[in-house]
Amino acid sequence: HLTVILTASDIISTVEFNHTGELLATGDKGGRVVIFQREQESKNQPHRRGEYNVYSTFQSHEPEFDYLKSLEIEEKINKIRWLPQQNAAYFLLSTNDKTVKLWKVSERDKRPEGYNLKDEDGRLRDPSMITMLRVPVLRPMDLMVEATPRRVFANAHTYHINSISVNSDYETYMSADDLRINLWNFEITNQSFNIVDIKPANMEELTEVITAAEFHPHHCNTFVYSSSKGTIRLCDMRASALCDRHSKFFEEPEDPSNRSFFSEIISSISDVKFSHSGRYIMTRDYLTVKVWDLNMENRPIETYQVHDYLRSKLCSLYENDCIFDKFECVWNGSDSVIMTGSYNNFFRMFDRNTKRDVTLEASRENSKPRAILKPRKVCVGGKRRKDEISVDSLDFSKKILHTAWHPSENIIAVAATNNLYIFQDKVN
Amino acid sequence: MGEEEGLHQTQLLDTMFVRGLKRKCFDGEEDIEGTLAGFKAIPSYNLQRQSLLDMSLVKLQLCHMLVEPNLCRSVLIANTVRQIQEEMTQDGTWQMINTQSAGQTSLDRLVSTDILCRSSKEQAEGKLVPVYSTFTKDCEGTQSQDNSEIMSTVTSPQVPKNLQSNMWEMENPQENRGNFQKSLDQIFETLENKSPNTVEDLFSEVDNSYYDLDTVLTGMMSNTKMGHCDLETFPSQTSTNSKSNCKSDLNELDHIVEILVES
Repeated sequence: HLTVILTASDIISTVEFNHTGELLATGDKGGRVVIFQREQESKNQPHRRGEYNVYSTFQSHEPEFDYLKSLEIEEKINKIRWLPQQNAAYFLLSTNDKTVKLWKVSERDKRPEGYNLKDEDGRLRDPSMITMLRVPVLRPMDLMVEATPRRVFANAHTYHINSISVNSDYETYMSADDLRINLWNFEITNQSFNIVDIKPANMEELTEVITAAEFHPHHCNTFVYSSSKGTIRLCDMRASALCDRHSKFFEEPEDPSNRSFFSEIISSISDVKFSHSGRYIMTRDYLTVKVWDLNMENRPIETYQVHDYLRSKLCSLYENDCIFDKFECVWNGSDSVIMTGSYNNFFRMFDRNTKRDVTLEASRENSKPRAILKPRKVCVGGKRRKDEISVDSLDFSKKILHTAWHPSENIIAVAATNNLYIFQDKVN
Repeated sequence: MGEEEGLHQTQLLDTMFVRGLKRKCFDGEEDIEGTLAGFKAIPSYNLQRQSLLDMSLVKLQLCHMLVEPNLCRSVLIANTVRQIQEEMTQDGTWQMINTQSAGQTSLDRLVSTDILCRSSKEQAEGKLVPVYSTFTKDCEGTQSQDNSEIMSTVTSPQVPKNLQSNMWEMENPQENRGNFQKSLDQIFETLENKSPNTVEDLFSEVDNSYYDLDTVLTGMMSNTKMGHCDLETFPSQTSTNSKSNCKSDLNELDHIVEILVES
């Protein structure tokens, strides 16, 4: 049971909680980053349990033009990743197709007053008027949240960046595009190390691309990347500088009874996420979410059907390109529940222990503040029961691609086109 | 036997391809079977596989025109084409098509093969018409032979290679179709503005197209028996290929392409 708290802005292209869950960042197609902050709980209003309010908004990326290639570079934010907090300021990485930026978000609620050489407006004072020495003092002022770009990591990707991941050493991060993965140090913007390169010498032989990549949450030498052929490679950076040979290769044999021309397309992995424990990997392909044990490469330990009723519609979904939609997936804080999106503003949750699953809908009509979300059901057979929706009336333009789960509580953020929905456990 | 029957067969084949290309609804099963009386060996599966191939080739062609296509999508489509190709080669469908087109004059053949051999840059420079003419609306008559010619060439085994070359080679700026980023959108926007009726007509035609495709291509292989898919419930986000259907539009397209190249 979840309640609605909030709704917001433009077409959202990524959603991410920070490590404490106090902040939630969204990136949108317009290159903006909006950060929401959770309200402190107050004893006077116990029903207002930590709602999220806008904390800071800034323009992270601007549209650019590559004159060499005569190519427009979109400002759309593809991914945001928070760095663990180390002082009063917050740091996050944001990326568009080509350039990763490190942003510092900090608060200011005091300002210095009483300088000797300049007046309150910053103008230099007439030296002849300065007769005595003053000690400047800090005076309180309205809280200001500033976002400043601290580093710009550019010119390292020929193809489109699909993933960024902060390493557990907190000193490095990686950025992955369709064919390569680069390793960066946060302090160095003019060079990066290429750790994976799958670009064939002859591009005509290209049959596979990198679709997502992530560092292991605890082992700073280990990372995984997924491919358009439905496979996952685990690499160890200690083995060699260029990780072109994987240490583990996760692949499930194809089910011959489900073979079709679309088999490869629907097996292409759109997202890969390590569990918080680091023991499992979750992958999302077009129709399913799979959980893999790092110790078993030949098949996933769990497979959940997200919207199997679309299996009979694949040709139409191919024609209208929906089949190439990149759905993401997330773990809850304890790795016991997984969540991923679907069409018609539906999103799915799977409880790994009880094996129960639920379909919920993020929509303005159905979710007024503090309303309880009703489970939805898609009808596949001929007879449609009340409250069920038939496959043919699903709206394929309303898709939930991006979701986030609070690191320790049952609060989720769901991006539905230009609306952000935040749901949380029912308040007792 | 002899020439007369050869011609007859070519026409049948044209009808088949034109139907596939136009993405007509295949619910008139008898109609098609009637037309294909001489082709009992080809079930509707083949037709639909053919139109899936056509659709994929159009998608690839559109990717091809972009400076930076979505690489993942392009690769997946190219792999699909390759897969269909392999299957067609295995079951002999491809050879049959090839034999048919062998009857054409050698000049035609050279010309149409040339389309595939051209560099992507050349194609971008306003030479798109031959490829697009496969989707010409009023082409059943005089042009139908060309169509089958193009299609049969397009289905030749070398095709994926040709189509893929340069398509996502981005590191060499000279190889790029420089001025073409977003040109497609512009082209289609212009086309839509200039002939809204035509575009709507085309859409209405497309809407019925894959009723059976889903069932045949996915349902048949999986054991689940699913109902027909109603395309109208899907927003036609990328039925872009259908927009360039008319001959008049094609000329315009050609024209716009030239302008874009000049600018």
